[in-house]
Amino acid sequence: MAADGQWLTFLALILPFLGAAAAPLLVRAMGHNAAWVLALVPGFIFYHFTGFLQPVAAGETISGGYAWIESLDTDFSWYIDGLSLTFALLISGIGTLIVLYSGGYLKGHAHHGRFFSFILMFMGAMQGLVLADSFLTLFVFWELTSITSFLLIGFDHGREASRRAALQALVVTGLGGLSLLAGLLVIGGITGTASLSALLAEGESLRGAPLYMAALLLVLGGAFTKSAQFPFHFWLPNAMEAPTPVSAYLHSATMVKAGVYLVMRLNPVMGDTLAWETILPAFGGATLLVGTLLGVRQTDLKLMLAYTTVASLGLLVMLTGFGSKVAVEAAVLYLVAHSMFKGALFMVAGAIDHEAGTRDITHLGGIGRAMPITFAAAVLAALSMGGLPPFFGFLAKEEIYAGLAHGGSWGAALTAVAIAGNALMFALGFAVALKPFTGERVRTPKTPHEGPVLLWIGPAVLAASGLLSALASGLSHRFISSPMASAVAGEPVSVSISVVPHVGAPLLLSALTVALGIAAYLALERGRAAMAAVLEAIGWGPDRGFDQAVRGTVIASAAVTRFVQNGRLDVYMTVTFIILAAALFVPMIAFGELPAVPELPLLPFYEVAVLAIAFIGLGAVLWARDRLTAIVSLGIQGFAVAVLFMLLGAPDLSFTQFMVETLSVVILALVMTRLHLSPADHRPTDQKLLDTSVAVVCGAGLGLMLLRVVQVPFDGTLSAFFAENARVIAHGRNIVNVIIVDFRGLDTLGEIAVVMIAGLAILALVRIRPGAAPARAPKLPKAVEEKLEA
Amino acid sequence: METILAFTVAVFFAVSIYLMLSKHIIRILLGVAIFGNAVNLTLFTAGRVTRVVPPIIPVDLDTPAQATANPLPQALILTAIVISFSIFAFLLVLAFRAYQELGTDDTDGMRVAEPKGEELPPLGY
Amino acid sequence: MRTLIFRTIAPYLASLMVLFSVFVLLRGHNEPGGGFIGGLIAASAFAIYGIACGVAPVRRALYFHPMAISGFGLLVSGLSGVVSLFKDMPFLTGQWAEVHILGLAVDISTILFFDIGVYLVVVGAITSIALALEEREHV
Repeated sequence: MAADGQWLTFLALILPFLGAAAAPLLVRAMGHNAAWVLALVPGFIFYHFTGFLQPVAAGETISGGYAWIESLDTDFSWYIDGLSLTFALLISGIGTLIVLYSGGYLKGHAHHGRFFSFILMFMGAMQGLVLADSFLTLFVFWELTSITSFLLIGFDHGREASRRAALQALVVTGLGGLSLLAGLLVIGGITGTASLSALLAEGESLRGAPLYMAALLLVLGGAFTKSAQFPFHFWLPNAMEAPTPVSAYLHSATMVKAGVYLVMRLNPVMGDTLAWETILPAFGGATLLVGTLLGVRQTDLKLMLAYTTVASLGLLVMLTGFGSKVAVEAAVLYLVAHSMFKGALFMVAGAIDHEAGTRDITHLGGIGRAMPITFAAAVLAALSMGGLPPFFGFLAKEEIYAGLAHGGSWGAALTAVAIAGNALMFALGFAVALKPFTGERVRTPKTPHEGPVLLWIGPAVLAASGLLSALASGLSHRFISSPMASAVAGEPVSVSISVVPHVGAPLLLSALTVALGIAAYLALERGRAAMAAVLEAIGWGPDRGFDQAVRGTVIASAAVTRFVQNGRLDVYMTVTFIILAAALFVPMIAFGELPAVPELPLLPFYEVAVLAIAFIGLGAVLWARDRLTAIVSLGIQGFAVAVLFMLLGAPDLSFTQFMVETLSVVILALVMTRLHLSPADHRPTDQKLLDTSVAVVCGAGLGLMLLRVVQVPFDGTLSAFFAENARVIAHGRNIVNVIIVDFRGLDTLGEIAVVMIAGLAILALVRIRPGAAPARAPKLPKAVEEKLEA
Repeated sequence: METILAFTVAVFFAVSIYLMLSKHIIRILLGVAIFGNAVNLTLFTAGRVTRVVPPIIPVDLDTPAQATANPLPQALILTAIVISFSIFAFLLVLAFRAYQELGTDDTDGMRVAEPKGEELPPLGY
Repeated sequence: MRTLIFRTIAPYLASLMVLFSVFVLLRGHNEPGGGFIGGLIAASAFAIYGIACGVAPVRRALYFHPMAISGFGLLVSGLSGVVSLFKDMPFLTGQWAEVHILGLAVDISTILFFDIGVYLVVVGAITSIALALEEREHV
C-alpha cells in the first residue's frame, strides 16, 4: 500500500464522523431512506479494508499515521494485522447492515437523524479503537466508544430506565477506561514504548517486570468492564434499553468485544504466564455460567440474547486465556461466528418487536407464517449459535472442545463449564428463534406481517453468511481465521477445520452439548421458574449494588456540601479569616521570622493628631448608634488617611482619597437614608468575643508581617529607575502620573476597564426592576415570592 | 514612622475584619470600605515612608534633586483607590437591591442561592 | 438638601469644579493631578449638581449618557495605544509631537490622550453611579 492507501485509510477512519455530521441533514431531506445513502459510509470502509485481505493473509502488517502532538511525541497512527483487520471488517460490514436496519426500525422517529449520527460516531470510534497503534489513540477511541454508547443507550432519554442504563454503562465502562489508562501508563513505563506495534516485541521484558502484575490487573480492569465479565456483567443486559439496532451492533457484535480485542491483542505480550492463564479462564468461565443461568430466567427476547452475549464474552475470554494455540483458534472462530449469529438474532428480536408489538416470549407464538423471511433468518442464525453443521458456529464449537482437551484437570473443568454453557446457549438460541414463530398463534398487540426490506435484509445477510463462510471454510480460514489467530497467538497459525465432521472427542462432546441443549430447551419453562426462585432467595446483585452506590454517593455529597456550604455568610467569613490568621502566624513562628521589637519613634504632634482622628473615626464606626453617625465616622477615618498621605509626600494620593471619601459618603448617604436599618451591633456576647479575637489576631498578624517587611533592607531599584527616567524618557515631571499613564499604561487600561464595567454593572442592577425581571429568572423560595407579590 | 504605621494598619485591619464578621450587610460594607484603606496603607508603608517630599522632578532638572517619597506604591495605590471605590459602589447597590428584593439585611435571611433545609438532590436517574 | 442657596450656587460651583478638573487633568503630567483625580473632581461636580437641582438638568447638561462618555474614554485610551503599533513599537509606547498653535510650541502626546481617556472613563462611570442612585430618590 503506497501513500495513496495511507490517505484512504485515514479517510476511512474519519469518514464515519463526517457521515455523523451529515446524517441529520440527510434525514431531513430524505426521511428514513437516508439509510441507503448513509450505508455507503460503512460500505466504503468495508470495501477499503477488503483490499488489505491479500497482503495480510500473506503475513504482512500495515501501519501508518500522522504526527499528532509532536512535542509529546504522540502519533495518530494505526496498525493493521489479522486481528485488527478482522475486527475492522466486522465493524464496517455489520455496520452497513445495521444502518440499513435502523432505517426501517426507527422509521418516522422524531430523532432519526440524531440516531444515525450517534451510530456512525460509534462506528468511527470502534473502528479507531481496533486499528489504533499508539496508546493514546487507543485510549481516546476507547473512551469515545463509552461515550457514544452512553448516548445510544440513553437515546430514548424520556424514560428513566434508559437514563439509568446509560449512566450505569458509562460509569462502569468509564471506570474501566481509567483503569486501562493507568495500565497503559504502567506498560509504557516498563517497556518505554507508546505503541502496540512496538509493544509486540517487548513481551519478554514486560512479563519479567516486577510491575507486570499491576499492569495486568489494571488492563484487565478495562477489558473486563467493557466486555461485561462477571462481576461487571450487569450493565450489559440493562443496556438493552437502547433501541434494538444499538443492541445488535454495540452490545453483541462490536463494542462489548472491545475488551476481548484488548485481551487478544495483548495475549502475545502479556499471555503465557500463570496469572494470565488463571485469571482469564476463571473469570471467563464464571461469566459463561452466570450469563447462561441468568439468561434462563428471562422472558424478554432481547434480555435472553443479552445474557447469552455475556456468556459468549466469558467464553471468549476463557479461550483466549487458556494458553493453547488451538484454544486461540477456537476463540477467533467463535468471535467471528458470534458476531454474525448474534447480530442476526438481535435484529430478528427487533423485527418481532416492531411487527408484533411485544418481545415477551410468553406472549408470542405462531407468527412464523406471517414473517417467513425473518423466521428463516432466525433459524439459520440459531443453528449457527447451537453449533450444528454445516454452520460457522459448528467449526467454532469443534475447535473449542479440541482446544480445551489438552489441559489436564484444569482443561477438563473448563470443558465441563463450556459444555454446560454451550448447552444452555443452545436452548436459549432456539427459544428465541423458534418459540415466537411456531406453535399456536397467540394474540399480539399488533398483527404481525413481514417488515419492509430494510428490516429483514440485515438478519438475512448475516444468517446466510454464517452458512456460506462455513461452506467455503478454505477461503474464510485463509483470509480471516488464520491471520487473526496468528496475530492473537503471536506466531503463525494455520486454521484448517472444515464442516466435514471428523469422528473424535470434540464431535462427541458436541453431540453431548446438543443433546443437553435439547433437554434444556424442553425444560426451559421449569428452569425459568427455578432460576426465578433462586434469584429471589439471593435478593441482592451488583445491579442493585450500583443503585445503592449511586444513592450513597449523592447522600454523602449532599451531607458534605451541607456541612461545608451551610449558607451562612458569617461562618464562611470566620473560617476564611481564621485560615488567614493561621497562614500569617504559622510560617512566621515556624521559620523564626517574627519582627524584632522596634524602637518607638517620637512623632510630631500633628501626625499624632491625625492618627488619633483616624482611630476615633474607626471607633465611631464600630459604636455608632445610628447610620448617619456611622457614615460620617467612615468619612472621618478616610479623611484622616488622606491627610496622612499628604503628610508623607503623596499629594496625588491625598487628593484622590479626599474625592473618593467624599463620594463614598455621598452615595452611602443616598442609599442608607432609604434603608430602614439600624447599623448597631446585634451579636450576642459570645459571638462578639469570638469575632473580636479573630479580628484582633488577624490584624496583629498583618501588622507584624508589615513590621517584618519594613525591617528588611529596601530594594529601591525599580523606584530609582522610574525616578531617573520619568523626565528623560517620558517627558513628565510628576513621577507618579508618568508611571500610571506611561510606564504601566497597560495596567491602567485594564483598571479603567474595571471601573467602567463596575459602572455598567451598577446601572444594570438599578435598572432591573422586579416587574421587568428577565423571563428566565431563577426560581425564588416561596417566602420571597410571597413578599415580592405583596 | 513605619512602626507606627504598621500598628495603625493592624488597627485598621482588626476593625474592618470585625465589621465584616457581622451578619448585617451594612456593617460588612463599612468593613469593606475600611479594608480598602488598610490595604492601601499596607502597600504604602511597605514602600517605605519619607516625610513631605513628593515624587516630583523640579522644572530645571532631569531627575529629582533629593530623595523623594517612593513613587511606585503611590501609583499602585492611586488606581487601587479608584477601583476599590467602584467595587464598593457596586457592593453597596447590590446590597441595596438585595434588601429591596428580600426585605432583610441579615445575611442569615439571604438564602435564595442556598436555601435552608434544602432537599436532597434527585436520587433517581 | 435642596435649599435655595444651594440650588442657586450649585450650577456655578459645578461648572467651576469641572473647569478645575480639566486644569488638574492637563497639568497632571508635571504637577500633582492627572486623569483619575480630575475625573473624580468632575464626577463630584455632577453629583453635587444632581443633588441640588435634580437629575434631569444634569442629564441635559451632559447631553450624552454618562456610560457612553465612559465607553468613549476607554476607546480613546485604547486607540492612543494603537498609534505606536504603526511605528513598529509595542502597544502603548508614548509618541510625542510638537505642534505650533498661534506661534506657541505645544507638546502633544499619545500619553495626553491616554490620560484624557482615563478622565472620561472615571467621569462617566462615577457620574452614572451617582446619578442612578440620586434618581431613585424620586421613584
